Amino acid sequence: MEIFGIPTSALLGQLLLGLVNGSFYAMLSLGLAVIFGLLNVINFAHGALYMMGAFLAWMGLNYFGVNYWVMLIVAPLLVGLFGIVIEKTMLRWLYRLDHLYGLLLTFGITLMLEGVFRSFYGVSGLPYSVPSQLAGATDLGFMLLPNYRAWVVVASLTVCLMTWFVIEKTRLGAYLRAGTENPKMVEAFGVNVPLMVTLTYGFGVALAGFAGVLAAPILQVSPLMGSNLIITVFAVVVIGGMGSILGSIVTGLGLGVIEGLTRVFYPELSATVVFIIMAIVLLIRPAGLFGREK
Amino acid sequence: MTTALEISHLSAWYGESHILHDVNLSVEQGEVVTLLGRNGAGRTTTLRAIMGLTGRREGSIKINGVESGRMPTYRIAHLGVGYCPEERAIFSSLSAEENLLLPPPVSKTAQGMSVDEIYAMFPNLAERRASQGTRLSGGEQQMLAVARILRTGARLLLLDEISEGLAPVIVQALSRMITTLKARGYTIVMVEQNFRFAAPLADRFYVMEHGQIVEQFAAGSLEEKMPVLNELLGV
Repeated sequence: MEIFGIPTSALLGQLLLGLVNGSFYAMLSLGLAVIFGLLNVINFAHGALYMMGAFLAWMGLNYFGVNYWVMLIVAPLLVGLFGIVIEKTMLRWLYRLDHLYGLLLTFGITLMLEGVFRSFYGVSGLPYSVPSQLAGATDLGFMLLPNYRAWVVVASLTVCLMTWFVIEKTRLGAYLRAGTENPKMVEAFGVNVPLMVTLTYGFGVALAGFAGVLAAPILQVSPLMGSNLIITVFAVVVIGGMGSILGSIVTGLGLGVIEGLTRVFYPELSATVVFIIMAIVLLIRPAGLFGREK
Repeated sequence: MTTALEISHLSAWYGESHILHDVNLSVEQGEVVTLLGRNGAGRTTTLRAIMGLTGRREGSIKINGVESGRMPTYRIAHLGVGYCPEERAIFSSLSAEENLLLPPPVSKTAQGMSVDEIYAMFPNLAERRASQGTRLSGGEQQMLAVARILRTGARLLLLDEISEGLAPVIVQALSRMITTLKARGYTIVMVEQNFRFAAPLADRFYVMEHGQIVEQFAAGSLEEKMPVLNELLGV
């Protein structure tokens, strides 16, 4: 069976790939948006910390024999801890300054991290095998569903929705939302806002680390895997806007799917379609599709 | 009984601007004290300095006998202070009820008003509890701003211009609220431009000008001080 001249199974396969990419976009743009909202910092290091998550998974397996499932918990925790150290020692001095300084600092951190990993492991990717429980594919009749990729989409969506729930529906999330709007007032109520800021940065980058572990069996674990992704993720954040958590998730998934479909029908455009959309959105709705004017 | 608030030789800056010059004032437990003065006299800055929201501070601020002049802002609330800023600061990303529930209890032993008590005192807020915070009317937002610090168990309330820009009927309701709180033993420091609102409520008055205290007197002396006030405030 064919749709627009493309066999259905190929179309659905690309759709799934689009969803997989979209899941990474969603998780990474979610972390970026939360960090930017509260800290006023454009965290360029997000890509490098995603890469670090993947490398920690690889190191866990190859140096310590620790399997994927354990690293899925441990790697984000380690990346989060690393993020907390960055925040406490370097980032916190920049909050009063222009966004540009946070961007420059995190850009510098990216270069350092990528440089260190590159000098130890080179640029060609390291292989990481799909965990045995998720190997192979399930025959759904109309298509063959690769188990691991389905898992990636499910795991990402679950984490994103849990994050959305905590932020929008709980007291802790209320502190975050209020702190994003008026941190001094929240402090005047007796909430330890500096601590909240540190933990928020840690959480945001832990999400990136989690995405890295999910990515390891799909992509080659390489020091450059973060930079390949981060520019697109920035475009996703700009398109979605900073105002809404659900907006970041929907935009990330949507753009992943659009990218995937573009790859099927007009592959030459697939690398730039996100940026074309970003340009259009900036012209029509500069605050982003779901953004709130600050 | 320790003095609720004791400020000695307080100077405060916003960056390079030296705003408060050697301010001395004290408030006993259960008193209602009003800070009068023209715009720019430094009254709001005094309240912000108590909360640690200004730049550099010098001098001493003691809340219930505890020196708070060097504390970070988030620890000052836990000394039992509730701050209601001039701009009200209702959060637009929270509903009215979320705004009300946001400030945590000032201490484990503090007995704040329960949510039911607050909704009984402010029925409008109960009606509008699910609305987005900033969709409430000016009067309702003001009530919400005061209500949320009543829930925390704070006994020292810093109220900055709560009657500003509100309809007379709401101002009357606020006046009744202050009287009720006073009867319950709250200590209140009010910054007020509206002299008619403040005069019947306060036990004592301080007048500020150019970041300094220039006059202070008890409510009993109000009549005889009117000429001075006329000059200082253009009342």
